[in-house]
Amino acid sequence: MTIDSIVNGVVIDHIKAGKSMEIYNLLNLGELDSQIAIIKNAPSKLMGKKDIIKIASDMELDLKVLGYIDPDITVNTIKNGVLVEKKHLELPDVVNDVIKCKNPRCITTVEQDIHHIFKLTDRANRVYRCLYCEAKAKED
Amino acid sequence: MNHLIDIMDLSVEEIDELIATARDIIANPEKYQEKCRYKKLATLFFEPSTRTRLSFEAAMMELGGKVLGFSDAGSSSSSKGESVSDTVAVVSGYADIIAMRHPKEGAPMVASMKSGVPIINAGDGGHNHPTQTLADLLTIKMEKGHFDNLTIGFCGDLKFGRTVHSLVAAMSRYPGVKFVLISPDELKLPSYVKNTYIKDKNIPYVQTNSLDDVIGELDILYMTRVQKERFFNEEDYLRLKDSYILTADKMKNASDDMIVMHPLPRVNEISTDIDSDKRACYFRQTKYGKYMRMALILKLLEVD
Repeated sequence: MTIDSIVNGVVIDHIKAGKSMEIYNLLNLGELDSQIAIIKNAPSKLMGKKDIIKIASDMELDLKVLGYIDPDITVNTIKNGVLVEKKHLELPDVVNDVIKCKNPRCITTVEQDIHHIFKLTDRANRVYRCLYCEAKAKED
Repeated sequence: MNHLIDIMDLSVEEIDELIATARDIIANPEKYQEKCRYKKLATLFFEPSTRTRLSFEAAMMELGGKVLGFSDAGSSSSSKGESVSDTVAVVSGYADIIAMRHPKEGAPMVASMKSGVPIINAGDGGHNHPTQTLADLLTIKMEKGHFDNLTIGFCGDLKFGRTVHSLVAAMSRYPGVKFVLISPDELKLPSYVKNTYIKDKNIPYVQTNSLDDVIGELDILYMTRVQKERFFNEEDYLRLKDSYILTADKMKNASDDMIVMHPLPRVNEISTDIDSDKRACYFRQTKYGKYMRMALILKLLEVD
C-alpha cells in the first residue's frame, strides 16, 4: 500500500500496532480540517508491525498525551518535504484531563467541573494513579 | 496552607512532635484548655461516623474552641446536589479548621484545593483515615514505648481496611519492624500497599490464613472488622464476616506483653471477655485518638 509523503505536517511514528485510533481520539484529530492518514499494522523492522498517523498540516501536538499513551512513539515534523525535527517522547509526570478515573468510589465520578489528574508513581512499570483516590489508571 | 489528607503527608519528625504534644496534653490538660478559645472547628460528615465526629468535637472543646457542622449528608446541602468544592468554599468562611468525612475516595483532597482553612481528612471511603493512624501511633508509643523492632500482626479485612493500609505505611518507616498479615485470601492486603511499603523496603513479612499459628510471635495484634459498606454484594460480606474472631482461648497463646488494638467499632471479631484483659487496649486507643486530634488541631492552626 502506498501513501504519499507529506510536504508540511507531522508524522506520528512507531505507534504500537492497534493504538492509532486511541491516539486519534485523544488528540481530537477528528476535529482537524486537514488530510490525515492512519496506517495500521505497517511492517516495522524494530517492532514487527506498527501504526503510523500522518497529518498534512502544521500543528502543535500535545506531547504529554502521546508520552502517556506510549513514550516509545516518535514525532517527526516535516517542512517543505524535509524532516526538520524528530522528537522522542517521555512519560509525563502528570497527566491532566486526558483520562478519567475508573474507580466507582472516586470523588471524580460525582464532583462537577473537576480536573482529572493522574500522577506517575512508578516510572519503571509506567504506573499512573489518580491524584484523588490513588486508583491505578490502567488495571492489569 | 497545611492540611492532613494522608498520613504520609507527615514526616517521622512531625509525627514525633504531635506525639510529644499529645503526651504533654495528657500530663497537663489545664495548660491547653484555652488554646483554641474563639476558634471554630467544622465537622463536615457526609457519611455518619459518630465515634470519629465526637472525638474531633471533644478534642476541640477540650482546647476551649467551638464546633459546628453536620453528621450525615442528608442534613447537608449536598443532598441538594451541591459539590464538595462549593460546600467547603462556603464553610471555610465560617470555621477556622474543617474535619471532613466523605464516602467518596479523594473528597478531602478536592476540599483542600478549594478551602481557605486547613482540612483534616476524617476518612474518605476505603481510602485514607490519617487521624485513626495518629491514634494508633500514639497507642503504640504509650503501650509499647517505641516504634522500632516490633512485630505487628494485622488480622481480618486487610483489603478494604484503610486503617491497616495507613498504619502499614506509617510503621514501614521505623527500623526492625516486621509485619504479619492474617486474612482470608479474598481480603488480603492489596498488592500495591504490599509492594510499596513492605516488599520495596525489604521489610520482612509473613502472610497467613491462621491467627493461631502466629499469635505467639506478635508484639501487637491489630484486629479489624469486615465492613459491610465496603462490599458491593451482600453474599461476599456474609461469607467473610466471621472469618477471624479473637477469643480468650486464642489469647492464651499470645505473649504477656502483646497488645490488642482495634480501630472500633467492633461487631463480634473480639469477644467481650477479652475487654478486661490488660493486653486489650482498644478503648484506651480511642482516648489516645482524641489527644492526637487535639495535637493536630494545634499544629494546623499554628497555635503555640
